[in-house]
Amino acid sequence: MSQSLKIDNLHASVDGHEILKGLTLEVPKGEVHAIMGPNGSGKSTLAKVIAGHEDYVVTEGSVTLDGTDLLALEIDERSRAGFFLAFQYPHEIPGVSNANFLRAARQARLPKGEEIDAVAFYREMYAKMDQLGMDRKFTGRSVNEGFSGGEKKRNEILQMMILDPKYAVLDETDSGLDIDALKIVAQGVNAMRSPERGFLVITHYQRLLDYIVPDVVHVLSDGRIVKTGDKSLALELEEKGYDWVTKELAAA
Amino acid sequence: MSLVLTPPEETTSRPADAWCAAPPVTDAEAKLPDWYRDFQSAAWDRFTALPVPVRTNQAWRFADLTHLRFDGFTPARPVSDSLAADLVARAVSGRPAEFAAHFVFANNRLLHAETRGLPAGALCLPVAEALASHSELIRPRFLRHDDTLGGEKFAALHDSATLSGVFLHFPKGCVAEHPVIVHHFVGGEDAVIFPHTLIVAEDAAQVSVVDFYESIADGEDTLVVGVADLEADRGGRIQYVALQDLSENGAKQVHLQHTRAGRDAAVKVGFVNLGAEWARSECVSRMVESGADCQIFAANLANGAQEYDQRTLQSHEAQHTTSDLLFKNALYDRSRTIFSGLIQVQPGAHHTDSYQSCRNLLGSDEAEANAMPGLEIDADQVRCSHGSTTGAIDDEEIFYLRARGIPADEARKIISLGFLHGAIEKLDGEALQDLLFARVERKFAGLA
Repeated sequence: MSQSLKIDNLHASVDGHEILKGLTLEVPKGEVHAIMGPNGSGKSTLAKVIAGHEDYVVTEGSVTLDGTDLLALEIDERSRAGFFLAFQYPHEIPGVSNANFLRAARQARLPKGEEIDAVAFYREMYAKMDQLGMDRKFTGRSVNEGFSGGEKKRNEILQMMILDPKYAVLDETDSGLDIDALKIVAQGVNAMRSPERGFLVITHYQRLLDYIVPDVVHVLSDGRIVKTGDKSLALELEEKGYDWVTKELAAA
Repeated sequence: MSLVLTPPEETTSRPADAWCAAPPVTDAEAKLPDWYRDFQSAAWDRFTALPVPVRTNQAWRFADLTHLRFDGFTPARPVSDSLAADLVARAVSGRPAEFAAHFVFANNRLLHAETRGLPAGALCLPVAEALASHSELIRPRFLRHDDTLGGEKFAALHDSATLSGVFLHFPKGCVAEHPVIVHHFVGGEDAVIFPHTLIVAEDAAQVSVVDFYESIADGEDTLVVGVADLEADRGGRIQYVALQDLSENGAKQVHLQHTRAGRDAAVKVGFVNLGAEWARSECVSRMVESGADCQIFAANLANGAQEYDQRTLQSHEAQHTTSDLLFKNALYDRSRTIFSGLIQVQPGAHHTDSYQSCRNLLGSDEAEANAMPGLEIDADQVRCSHGSTTGAIDDEEIFYLRARGIPADEARKIISLGFLHGAIEKLDGEALQDLLFARVERKFAGLA
């Protein structure tokens, strides 16, 4: 059984429009892959399709996590199976404290009838918040409500640390971040890099990849991977611009 | 000795305006001042003369008036000693760890009183006792508010009969650190109780009171006609919370709350409705002197065929007065809510700052939330806004929680609880918030 997040010939559409048109890539355990692509190429669609968003219909292809058919699972089952999506636009949940939200997510991973060890949980959460430079006040505040862009993204990384996934997709985690926030978020991700975990980093800009250095870079255009290379591909892309992708690579 | 009213023997259906055949009497031997006896009989006359509410009356619009048949209701009988002990134990286990005083009433009678945490000078007495021992102190403030929002017939009935509940008088500068807790139990088929709460905070005094309304048993037809009057003098601060957790089967409640806030006074009122098959609540907040501030919050969780009917008035009667109202209803099954709220800025109440919002979260296609926000402005340089929203839980919120591994049902529950928590967290006191929220959670756990 392959130890990877494997996407094979994935076709997906929303409202009858096909966005992903046969996307194939494989993130082996222990590697960090980046997907770059122009606006509208299908980057965020890919993230939401893997997570199971109900607006998207998969018409063909498969997504497997260490051999498990992810598409056959419910949204929450995918998460519990070890998949994590760091949202581009994390949702606000009024009245639900960050701590209770994280606790519920952890509780959902325990066998029925088993209660979470609250003291140990808080100790762990505080340690991870310290690591991300998050103030303790964020435990009591409603999830993402009134958070700045940087605070929301940091909160996504905190959730990832608490849930300890096997594979994580980061959907434009760099968008809206200043350089300091970007560094903190990247540190959090780098601290979680391990031979036991795979990452797929979706970004529009090469800048993020200075801080989260990928093993492999894929270029996405019009719903397909059109080029795959090492980290130098990101630099080349930055230099030549996305026109290069849309005109030359897509035509190839 | 208690005198229990017997319903007439006739078996034919009586007209709906019969309601009660004779003045309800709780305790015929209670020593009551003459002025109060006179007051009671005048109230009874008023009650019999007033018409039964009809739906064409704007104050009862959308209300399901089938809930208004009260024929055969009788003043509740005293509970047995063993039941009394059980109820006190129940009340004690349901109260916050720290409190200034705790009273337990069942069927209009006092069962238990603890007043060890009261500040010096504060008076905190059962109404019946206060009428006997502090007649002249209570007289000018007792049952003086007749500006209801449609419930005048209920107010008159209450006035003609009330003897239970607590009178709090906090003189100038008197501050209680913890809330006064009052439990009101009702039980017995066709039993009716008339709990009263009168809170007076004189200049710079500060007091917090929580009324719990609960049924002794499930499935009995009972009626609570309660009144809570709050008066805050200059710089006085009052927080009042009414938690209605009566039986969903057969229990009905009418709750009339009235606030009079004086100069620079701040009054905060919270309503939590969880139980009862039908609960009508009226809340009149009068800001009568400049600088007065009233905040009103409600968190209601309705399911089954429950109906919560809430009418509010924010009356700005002086300059530089402020008010904020946030009512939140979470509805399931075939439940109904009615919110009718009016912000009234009286002539000359310049620089009023007033806000009103009713938010409804629909957990079922059959649930029905009615909202009638209103605004009447008769002054200048006024800032007022109001609005209401009604909708189901946002799919994106559910997706976000599910994407973290939380099952769909649990996600809906967390979001709904958070929605109601948003109103509860506006109240002062973390222990109180926790206690109220735990009661909301407890009801939620039973919904499934």
